[in-house]
Amino acid sequence: MTATDMSPTEKYRNNFLREVEAHVEEGEWVKMCMQCGVCSGSCPLGNAWQHPPQELFMMIRASKRDEVLASESMWMCTSCYNCITRCPRGLPITHIMHGLANYANRLGLAPKMNPTRRFAKIFWDNIAVTGRVNETKLSLKLYFMDGVVTGVKRAFAMKNVGLGMLRTGRLNPFALFRPGGIKGKRDLQKMLARAYDIEDKRKGFN
Amino acid sequence: MATKEYSFYPGCSSERRSSASNYMVSVNTMCKTLDIKLNEIPDWNCCGASIGYADGGELPRHVMNARNIALSQQHNAGQDIVATCAACWLGAKESVERLSKSEQLLADTQSILADVGLKVDIDEKTAGGVRHMVEVLIEDFGYDALAAPVKKPLEGLKIAGYVGCQTNRPFGIDGESFENPKYLDKMVEVMGAEPADKYEQKVTCCGGALAFSEPEKSQAQIKDIVESAYDHNADMIVTPCPVCQMNVEVYQENINKTYATKFDMPVVYYSQLMSVAYGSSAVDAGLDGQVIRTKKLEAIANK
Repeated sequence: MTATDMSPTEKYRNNFLREVEAHVEEGEWVKMCMQCGVCSGSCPLGNAWQHPPQELFMMIRASKRDEVLASESMWMCTSCYNCITRCPRGLPITHIMHGLANYANRLGLAPKMNPTRRFAKIFWDNIAVTGRVNETKLSLKLYFMDGVVTGVKRAFAMKNVGLGMLRTGRLNPFALFRPGGIKGKRDLQKMLARAYDIEDKRKGFN
Repeated sequence: MATKEYSFYPGCSSERRSSASNYMVSVNTMCKTLDIKLNEIPDWNCCGASIGYADGGELPRHVMNARNIALSQQHNAGQDIVATCAACWLGAKESVERLSKSEQLLADTQSILADVGLKVDIDEKTAGGVRHMVEVLIEDFGYDALAAPVKKPLEGLKIAGYVGCQTNRPFGIDGESFENPKYLDKMVEVMGAEPADKYEQKVTCCGGALAFSEPEKSQAQIKDIVESAYDHNADMIVTPCPVCQMNVEVYQENINKTYATKFDMPVVYYSQLMSVAYGSSAVDAGLDGQVIRTKKLEAIANK
């Protein structure tokens, strides 16, 4: 068996750092972390992370593959870019967090029920088909993702928000029945399918 | 001054009957006064936003942005791209930066674009041509030029400038500090209002997309942002970002229930302040699109 035939797990056994460097967006920066903790202290949802970024970097170097990839932590990133602008070593931390979340997701190791992971999927499915966000469908799909009963409860809790947006012309009830989107949606779908295909090959997903 | 033209990337939330349609109304009004011509990129698509990474990965996201850049170069050749939405600006600029630094990503992108008859021209300078509307106002016009058309100074209003995240980080506006950017306060000042210049929550994150998926955590952030505006006796909050505007405005009633607060703080866009100061009606400033009505600004518009 040659190195290229092996699955990522086998190829990088006990060397998760190398796997991250090869397959995770901006992963080659991880080794530069000096464990100062400014990122963790700067994160708006910092106390909600089981393992804040600085800790994730150390866990990657300690080859804690399962703990890192199955972690809810990266899914707490709000993309505020505080950590990026403050990191004394210039690590693109936000992008690395996005990259880890994406990698875990593509490998099927991300926590299944994490609400941000589920919302991200609903969002991407929403834009990838038509080319533009359909906000009405996006909100309703999110509220009803756990079935009708929970959905009605959620929608009821948020009814003042929805009614306010409706009243001020910032929510379109008819968008629910119209696909909308761009004229070149077929082209876009074709482009995305090929982009996935190329990225899968480059990152060894297939 | 001669008309200034830009290639315009409005973004999904600016569409009719979408969450930032009131922003778009006021941008059009403001641009009319400043003689800015916005040439919309034909058939533009979503930038992938800040949550697109999870399922969009790298190449698919960059390809989405590259399509917009290619269409802009084809139809609005030589014009800077201007976005009014923070996420659109960030997404497009970030993709251009990444593509300009990676030969492989760029080659893959070109080959995918070629399938649909498109081609993108990207070098190190292209990212500088992807700009936020606020950048254009400050760098291409300047505070004096923005002050010149003011007909109704916003006298007696105290306004908290909430800059938020993505209009500020990681790229920044006009070389200002990430921790305490002053441009929004200066814009408030040239419109004749008083900035709440000690407003300490000006760059706090509202939770962004996590307002949907982690509402409690996000609303705790928003509570601080609104509370601080009250602490500084602000009449309203102003912001340059559609996600900030929506999050900080529409969840106040939910926050009141959770925290027993009595928040009723209007949240407007810089372009709405400018439209009113330039003499527009409340409707042309998009003020009928506020979930929390801003009566003091409406009163000036109706004067």
